[in-house]
Amino acid sequence: MPAPRSRLARQRIRAAWWMLAPMLIVLLGVAGWPLARTIWLGFTEAGLADVEAPRFIGLTNYVYLLQDPDWWRAVRNTAVFAGASVALETALGLIIALSLNAHFRGRGALRAAILVPWAIPTVVSAQMWRWMFNDVFGVINHVLLAVHAIDTPIAWTASPDTALLSIILVDVWKTTPFMALLLLAGLQMLPQECFESARVDGVHPLKVFFRITLPLLKPALTVAIIFRVLDALRVFDLVYVISGNNRDTMSMSVYARQQLVDFQDVGYGSAAATLVFAIIALFTVIYLSASRAGREL
Amino acid sequence: MRSPRAPRPHRPVRRRAARGAGAGWRAVPLALGLLLSFAGGAAQAADLSISCGALGQELRLCQDAVDAWSRKTGHRVQVVSTPNSATERLALYQQILAARSSDIDIMQIDVVWPGTLAPHLVDLSQYIGPGTTATHFKSLIDNDTVDGALVAMPWFTDAGVLFYRKDLLEKYNEPVPKTWTELTRIARRIQNAERAAGHARMQGFVFQAKGYEGLTCNALEWIDSFGGGTLVDDHGAITVDNPRAAAALDLAASWIGDIAPEGVLNYDEEQSRGVFQSSNAVFMRNWPYAWALANAEDSPIRGQVGVTALPAGGTDGHPSGVLGGWQLAVSKYSAHPALAADLVRHLTAASEQKRRAVIGAYNPTIPALYRDPEVLDAVPFFGQLYTSFEHAVARPSRITGSKYNRVSAAFYNTVHDILARRQPAEPQLRALAQRRLQRLSRDGQW
Repeated sequence: MPAPRSRLARQRIRAAWWMLAPMLIVLLGVAGWPLARTIWLGFTEAGLADVEAPRFIGLTNYVYLLQDPDWWRAVRNTAVFAGASVALETALGLIIALSLNAHFRGRGALRAAILVPWAIPTVVSAQMWRWMFNDVFGVINHVLLAVHAIDTPIAWTASPDTALLSIILVDVWKTTPFMALLLLAGLQMLPQECFESARVDGVHPLKVFFRITLPLLKPALTVAIIFRVLDALRVFDLVYVISGNNRDTMSMSVYARQQLVDFQDVGYGSAAATLVFAIIALFTVIYLSASRAGREL
Repeated sequence: MRSPRAPRPHRPVRRRAARGAGAGWRAVPLALGLLLSFAGGAAQAADLSISCGALGQELRLCQDAVDAWSRKTGHRVQVVSTPNSATERLALYQQILAARSSDIDIMQIDVVWPGTLAPHLVDLSQYIGPGTTATHFKSLIDNDTVDGALVAMPWFTDAGVLFYRKDLLEKYNEPVPKTWTELTRIARRIQNAERAAGHARMQGFVFQAKGYEGLTCNALEWIDSFGGGTLVDDHGAITVDNPRAAAALDLAASWIGDIAPEGVLNYDEEQSRGVFQSSNAVFMRNWPYAWALANAEDSPIRGQVGVTALPAGGTDGHPSGVLGGWQLAVSKYSAHPALAADLVRHLTAASEQKRRAVIGAYNPTIPALYRDPEVLDAVPFFGQLYTSFEHAVARPSRITGSKYNRVSAAFYNTVHDILARRQPAEPQLRALAQRRLQRLSRDGQW
């Protein structure tokens, strides 16, 4: 039983709510309302031409959705994309962060330069990579042919074997800097005493990394990874620009867009969008409970 | 895109006036109505917005024509740029129209869209009389008439055609191919000989096989040229599961990695033109617009390009080309429907279509222009391919109505699988017909 609050405390709480109210109202308007509407439309058979009076059809959309092999293909593509790209970005980002953490001349300029891929709008960089991946005039095939790494040009974005791989590579190129910066911030907050005593004791650098750096960096690493996973699960622009509605690479968001926009099936598309939202929400809940458990330990 | 915040004084007042007047005009004769609209508009110039083309020459041609109309009438017209991809343009239009927005007065719509967009479009027959429509191809006017309402005016027509390199065919002493088998042989021979001679990037044949509407067009041409029908017949029966269709797709699948680069599986029109126009392909399937660009000042293959009908499938097949082309329609939510209709009349008139044909090789929708000496001088193949354009094969969009996009997506996904994984076509087509299309069609009812 909490102690009864003083008048002052109650006043302060009321004032806090008043301060928060504008932001909460805006959030309800721009996030809550569209979300609620999408969830509601997922239970109807609304079409783009007749959004006026959609008919409630219960779970029918979800039944169809879970039976659609294209949906499951999109789920698999998204899972592969998220898993592979986040793993690569974390590994590369950690290496870059460790190098940038060392003291050398021009470090500031290098840190700024490394952010360039992250700063380019995704649609622009995706289009740029699409040209570079072109099988006839693309520069990537040109270079690989020139160094005799391949004999015939590879149709990177067209072949079912390499299409998803090339999308993952572009994402790694684009997002590794973001990962590196987050981890660098984490590295710079680590207490230096452990490293100094390890140096005095002459511990092997690899052992220092696995026994000291990594465990200390774990909170920052977890935050960075969960951020990236949430981002990767809703990937849309990169996939759509590079290979459109191709089923070999289609992500969950691309699937939802095709139903909503190309097929004008607002009801079914909303159901798909709701499921994407639910999956991402699930990951967020797992993260939040994991981090709470971590703090209590 | 026009900014929604652009100040437009007195607009609500004018809109109400225009709507009220519009209702009254239906009773008075057409000529009088137009006279009134000009009398009303003369006091204050109106703003119109039109979406036509997205980039390059197409956009420039439209801008010029619109400017000419603006100078003549004193009304300001803004050319709104819309996505180049047809699928995305349709999606944008649908969002604008579903919101009953007046942001775009005149829309350039694809030949397969009138059925989908009709509820949002003005019946142009109030403004454009039968005397004018009778000069256009009847098939197009029929296509643009939905439930008795003329919802769009044909602007330019299109049919898939075969582009070839005259110089290369001459060099190897080969004829212009009449069948797909012949094309396959010639393309392979020239491609391999040119590669051996040091032109490593040479490709035999490029077309559009990305998973999108363009693949539906390409694949329907292959199937139809083999006598395999057009996916769904005029009565709504699903016809795609037949041995001729399977033979056509098996042949097409054999091209990938042989005479066509594997990258063709992600090519749209412009990517295939990029390869052909940079002198890296012997044959290309494309729409006639590529003619003017391939012969432009800065084109490496200027003067070396020939155009012919697409080959026939086998000895008992026939040449085929899918009907494409674009129409101009006026939105029901436009504040100035009469003015917009007048601009549509100006843009679709014979004089403007002739200008577009001469400069941009856009196919007129008026048969008389195919005998015009100036047009034939600029685009010689128009006369020779007149019958291809007149008898182009329509996609099954009228019978499948609002489900057309889904039918098309199911079809191009299946074809893409057949081409990309070199699977035998027959079981794939059976699965397409019996599972996906049957479910979509509700047993042929659509």
